[in-house]
Amino acid sequence: MNKTSLAESLPPVFQEKSKVEPTKTIIQLDDVNINYGSFTAVKHASMEIYEHKVTAFIGPSGCGKSTVLRSINRMNDLIRGATLDGRVLFNGEDLYAKDVDPVLIRRRIGMVFQKPNPFPKSIYENIAWGARVNGYRGDYDELVETSLRSAALWDEVKDKLKQNALRLSGGQQQRLCIARTIAVQPEVILMDEPASALDPIATSRIEELILELKKDYTIVIVTHNMGQASRVSDYTAFFMVDQNRTGYLQEYEETEQLFLNPIHKKTEEYISGKFG
Amino acid sequence: MQNSVSFGSEENLLSMMERRRKAGVVWQAVFLFSTSLAILFLILLLFSVIDSTFGFAAIRYEKKPSELMVGKSQLSDFSRQELEETAKTHLSSGILRRVEYEKPIADRTDKDLIGILEQYVLQPSVLRTWGLWASLTKQGEINEYLFDQGDAVLTFKSWLTIDFLFADQSANPLYAGIRTAMLGSLWIILITFLFAFPIGVGSAIYLEEYAKPTRLTRLLQLNIFNLSAVPSIIYGLLGLAVFVRAMETFTSGSLFSGVADTTANGRTILSGGLTLGLLVLPIIIINTQEALKAVPDSLRMSSYGIGATKWQTIWGQVLPVSIDRILTGTILALSRALGETAPLVVIGASTFISVDPSGIFSKFTTLPIQIYQWSARPQGAYRNVAGAAIIALLILLMALNSSAIILRDKLSKKKRMEA
Repeated sequence: MNKTSLAESLPPVFQEKSKVEPTKTIIQLDDVNINYGSFTAVKHASMEIYEHKVTAFIGPSGCGKSTVLRSINRMNDLIRGATLDGRVLFNGEDLYAKDVDPVLIRRRIGMVFQKPNPFPKSIYENIAWGARVNGYRGDYDELVETSLRSAALWDEVKDKLKQNALRLSGGQQQRLCIARTIAVQPEVILMDEPASALDPIATSRIEELILELKKDYTIVIVTHNMGQASRVSDYTAFFMVDQNRTGYLQEYEETEQLFLNPIHKKTEEYISGKFG
Repeated sequence: MQNSVSFGSEENLLSMMERRRKAGVVWQAVFLFSTSLAILFLILLLFSVIDSTFGFAAIRYEKKPSELMVGKSQLSDFSRQELEETAKTHLSSGILRRVEYEKPIADRTDKDLIGILEQYVLQPSVLRTWGLWASLTKQGEINEYLFDQGDAVLTFKSWLTIDFLFADQSANPLYAGIRTAMLGSLWIILITFLFAFPIGVGSAIYLEEYAKPTRLTRLLQLNIFNLSAVPSIIYGLLGLAVFVRAMETFTSGSLFSGVADTTANGRTILSGGLTLGLLVLPIIIINTQEALKAVPDSLRMSSYGIGATKWQTIWGQVLPVSIDRILTGTILALSRALGETAPLVVIGASTFISVDPSGIFSKFTTLPIQIYQWSARPQGAYRNVAGAAIIALLILLMALNSSAIILRDKLSKKKRMEA
């Protein structure tokens, strides 16, 4: 199929959506291979992630998209036997260089997990604790308020900041986790299926939040929900898994391009729901 | 053929159902029986303890109370004046001098004087005691015994009294008490806690949070499990060899006081506490490890995810969540130590001391040892005293255990609600 003809046949809403405005590269994967012991989970992944954009990782189960995500802030270090070769560059610096402390990286590249996992402490402490352990010296009340506002949670919890965070609803808990991540002022936020444990309404609020947050942060999101990827992301990476159960990056494009005009047959089959 | 398995006819199904239900009923009855049996034994235990703690005692006085109390029915009816006079006239000169030397008679309280008069003038001795059950059912036998003895007085006695808790050792079962043993037990538990808690929790944190699962760690873990099952008397032998003998200069305190030879020879509270500390160490380690294992990994991940270090994660997230379980486990381990007898006997706890322990370098006795020693005495009345001491020990243990439960509930409630 010819590209031009496809673009013309699109509904007007897609035609209006201009091509993604280019920004500078903030994270670069350079031939990354990730192994768990002798098992190769991901091989030859190379890609660039752009600043202030939302990049979505999609693909069938076991394709290594979460593994790649966790390698960006070295959370994989915490899994026994996980090794990485290749390079992961963050603002041009190799994150896996010998003298790099993963603790510092995780403050600059924060993470939100699949299951909402607030600390079993008060809402206030959930925000303040991360800042405190990172040596924040400032007005904590103000920090808590701005972080909660950025996560669109302030109005719901401002009267019960001392209440235990575990008493919030699932969606509120997940937004609290985002607020907690924002509070340590990272540059990048990694989200590992942040809405997969939530109901549709809570999910849509998280999606709105992601679109809001990309003004200030670079966001990388793993999702199983194709609709979510197309709604929130600027770029989409499609990962596939080969017969050895090793994941690889099949296709990486602007989201619109990938969904409307995938180059590879596998990509097309996956996004049209033929497998996965 | 495999996929044509039939469930049989309707009648078959019904009769099978009957069999299945029957099997359930039988097992339920078996479980009920074993539970009842356990409860029965518990009741028997309580009964035998209570039985020996209360009951009639036949007491013979050296001097008949009626001779002492002219016209009065009991000593407490005496006026102050009369009490002092009676003491001065009836006490033998040796005892009078000793009593005056300890504290002049004029300065003593009425109650104190009555006690002295009873003990040194009336000089009661227990001829025979009856348990609560016998006291209630064998009136005839008791009366017969009294008739045979002639001058014996029958009193219904509760061997567990406030005085019993605060009195020291005595050669007369009527005046024996458990103060020294109680203080010894409390001192020992304090040392045990101070020694075993930090080391146990520290080792557990290391094994659970830091140690990589190498063959060495697994071996270590296996050994800790085995150590927790080693009979306590073996810990006693270890304590005897290490704390009492090898480290004598340290455990007897002569290292610190400069005195070369103390009477305790290393058989001190410190040695006892350290020995029991070794005994409960594996239990505390295992309990703490279980507590740490129960903390979900997602909590650690979320802590690392915002840039906390390993220690910040452990101290700020993992420990606050698990502290209630850690403390409960520790208190339960300590209450085991409180009831231990064998290792302390082996390291040479004293069985008869009337001097209160004054510090960690004192000789000591503990409640279980006291009970053991009393129940081994030939005089029957000491078995009643032992019964009273058992009740005191049980109450102490129950207080420890319930404080563990209260603490756990309080901490986990705080965790759930937070203001």
